[in-house]
Amino acid sequence: MSDGEKKLTDLVPGSRLRSGGKAAAAPEVDTDRRVVLRVGVTAALACGTVGLGFALRSRDGHGKSKTLPKLKDHRVDKVAGATEMAIARGADAAANVRRAVAAVGGMERFVKKGDRVVIKPNIGWNRLPEQAANSNPDVVAEVVKLVAAAGASKIWVTDVSVNTAEQCFARSGIEKAAKAAGATVVHPDATAFREVDVSGKLLHTADVLFPFVEADKVINVPVVKQHGLSGATMAMKNWYGVLGGQRVKLHQNIHLSIVDLAAMIKPTLTIMDATRILLANGPTGGSLADVKQMDTVAVSTDEVALDAFGAGLLGLSPTDVGFIVEGMKAGLGTMNWRALKTEEMGG
Amino acid sequence: MFLWLRRAYQLVFFAFFVFLVFSATSLFIRGYDVPWFLEIDPLVALTTSLATHALHHTLLWSLPLIVLTLVFGRFFCSWMCPMGVLHHVLGFLGRKRKVLQRVEQNAPRSSHKIKYAILAVMLGLAAAGSTQIGLLDPIASTWRGLSTSVIPAASNTAHGMYQGERHFQWGTLITLVFFGALALNFVYPRFYCRVLCPLGAFLGLLSKFSLFRISKDPSKCNECDVCGADCQGAADPQGTVRATECMVCLNCTSGCKRNGLAYRFLPSLKLSRRETDLSRRKWITAGVAGVAAVPLMRASDGVDPRPNPARIRPPGARDEPEFLAKCLKCDACMKVCPTNALQPALYEAGFEGFWTPILIPRMGYCEHSCVLCGQVCPTGAIAKLTVADKVGDMPNRPPVRIGSAFFDKGRCLPWGYGTDCIVCEEVCPTSPKAIHFKVETVTARDGTQKTIKVPHVDLDHCTGCGTCENRCPVVDRAGVRVSVANESRTPKSSMSLTGGKI
Repeated sequence: MSDGEKKLTDLVPGSRLRSGGKAAAAPEVDTDRRVVLRVGVTAALACGTVGLGFALRSRDGHGKSKTLPKLKDHRVDKVAGATEMAIARGADAAANVRRAVAAVGGMERFVKKGDRVVIKPNIGWNRLPEQAANSNPDVVAEVVKLVAAAGASKIWVTDVSVNTAEQCFARSGIEKAAKAAGATVVHPDATAFREVDVSGKLLHTADVLFPFVEADKVINVPVVKQHGLSGATMAMKNWYGVLGGQRVKLHQNIHLSIVDLAAMIKPTLTIMDATRILLANGPTGGSLADVKQMDTVAVSTDEVALDAFGAGLLGLSPTDVGFIVEGMKAGLGTMNWRALKTEEMGG
Repeated sequence: MFLWLRRAYQLVFFAFFVFLVFSATSLFIRGYDVPWFLEIDPLVALTTSLATHALHHTLLWSLPLIVLTLVFGRFFCSWMCPMGVLHHVLGFLGRKRKVLQRVEQNAPRSSHKIKYAILAVMLGLAAAGSTQIGLLDPIASTWRGLSTSVIPAASNTAHGMYQGERHFQWGTLITLVFFGALALNFVYPRFYCRVLCPLGAFLGLLSKFSLFRISKDPSKCNECDVCGADCQGAADPQGTVRATECMVCLNCTSGCKRNGLAYRFLPSLKLSRRETDLSRRKWITAGVAGVAAVPLMRASDGVDPRPNPARIRPPGARDEPEFLAKCLKCDACMKVCPTNALQPALYEAGFEGFWTPILIPRMGYCEHSCVLCGQVCPTGAIAKLTVADKVGDMPNRPPVRIGSAFFDKGRCLPWGYGTDCIVCEEVCPTSPKAIHFKVETVTARDGTQKTIKVPHVDLDHCTGCGTCENRCPVVDRAGVRVSVANESRTPKSSMSLTGGKI
């Protein structure tokens, strides 16, 4: 096809040859109007740049300092003569929750119509319910149902998982169970945290999940597990799971950190899941040999008392667990749970 | 009409490709065969089977494409290829405005034979046991570009809404190569497809024999040259149509006002050109160069005799030579890894292992019960494991180990500073825990004594998952770190006398 090729080179000269067109002849001196315009534009740009520089000036590179919010006190008033702690035993975990909550006055005593409520299970680990590393999904679902029945306008279920959150929420069974019961499940992604003032003995500020800032009521749903460093992880230790940031540093003084967090949150109610407890290799577990079936749910407004009760299930004395002793010293509750007005059911 | 049919196919296949890439997360993967586009890629099948002398069963998917190409020609490039769609769109932006300038842009060039030399080099490399096709293969390139460059950038900008915040070692290099390949469309349309693409070259060779092909009826042609204005393959429709270059985009048949070009069944072979323009001498030279490159690369270090301690492979990865023969560097495993632990290697796995997956524990750790990387691997470079296989059942059956944890006693807080910590013990996912502690009494500077818990590693239980290193509060170089020693895929990595044969 030499014909075709020839035709092309004729019609399309190389682009480089065509780029140097002749410029239009310019007058030698600019008109007055043009000079005024150019000086004006340059002056405006110069003034604008200088002005912007002064407007943005800062000595330390920071904006204005802000006062951090504190979390609300989520507790409700005590009722004279009411049962202070309820322990329900039986094969049906949901029924245990219902009976124990009813014994301490029913969910209506704690959640008022229109309240915004956050429920905090332990969803820390990529484990199945049988492995007892997370709170029991049936227990969590039943708590959601009771809170919904009490008229809550918003129910969040959330935790800051240690393993990959999406896998922890899925494999723990909690995401599905909580959603089915009517809760909004909040994953701990980067946008979910707000900085708050802790003003504790050890901790000054912390990044916490936003529902804990926004909620009217907070319900803790911990699971009972052995823990290498602190001895046990139950109710008070569960507050590690509201934190973003570098919470691994808290281990350097774990007992006082736990007490600071518990004092910051002041939960409305604690519903302790001891359906299955983890006796060894906690808090992660992994083997069914580490798990003991307890079929127990315990409810109280006193976290220290519940932790003392949970320590007993793990075969520990409350006085062996540093944060229980420190929590009692800080006035968060009593480790002598038998001295409370306690109701035990089933078993 | 056929043009709209082609555009519809392009859109559907591109959307399907993006859907599969997006599905490659622990949340959405379900049972989808997410690497399907890599499995239908005949060059993946050919190079990996040359390198391993076996065809991984999922790569049987490539046979239909080979048969279809023998029948219909190199249609894949402008009907199915996801990177081809991107080149098509960008080529449209990069094309010149005047018809005759476009005819010039789309004229055959001597440089278009380079892709055949690249193909020959790739086949030579594979024959000598090194699979490097993924560096230039369009499907692997697009997977890699989306997984480790485009999607993380988009997701991070949206505060990690999709799959969380993700970062990749030297990801900018992947970005530059991927977008560089796309930007070549502004030199002239489909530059990558015409000059560099080894898959295009392979399908072009198959198209030499295709039953359907575009041919010109010289009696109807008035030599207006408009057919060349949008020719995707620079296949010279205004001259003698080049069967190896034609991408069956049908722009020429639709553009011809006189019906001078048609896509026909068994037209006379004289009406199309079948030569690749690469002389036999160059074919052979390129192939031999590929074969020779393998011992030359392996004369460098990196794999043997000095394994890089950072070359931690995903769980289920084959022994290193087989892994290198199978891994495409497509980055599907890095996309699906829930913790962002899998990262493209630079020199950690030697020169051959560039961009293959390694686990960097400071970026992420290996989830104890996660086996997704093996599920998405298209070539079996990472074996499909069950959770039970991976976790093991000590003491009866050992877990899959990818390395071992070692304490750096000068950096570990309890060891070096007498401070309580043992986060490593808390997060250690095995049962019994590989990281355990001993209670010891330490004396502080002022003479006071206290008891602390000091961590130790039990190698029998350590899987090398890196959770300890990932969570260690010593922020830069952790106080406990994982290296490849004791990985279970080869007895050569075993440290202990009882750990395997010598």
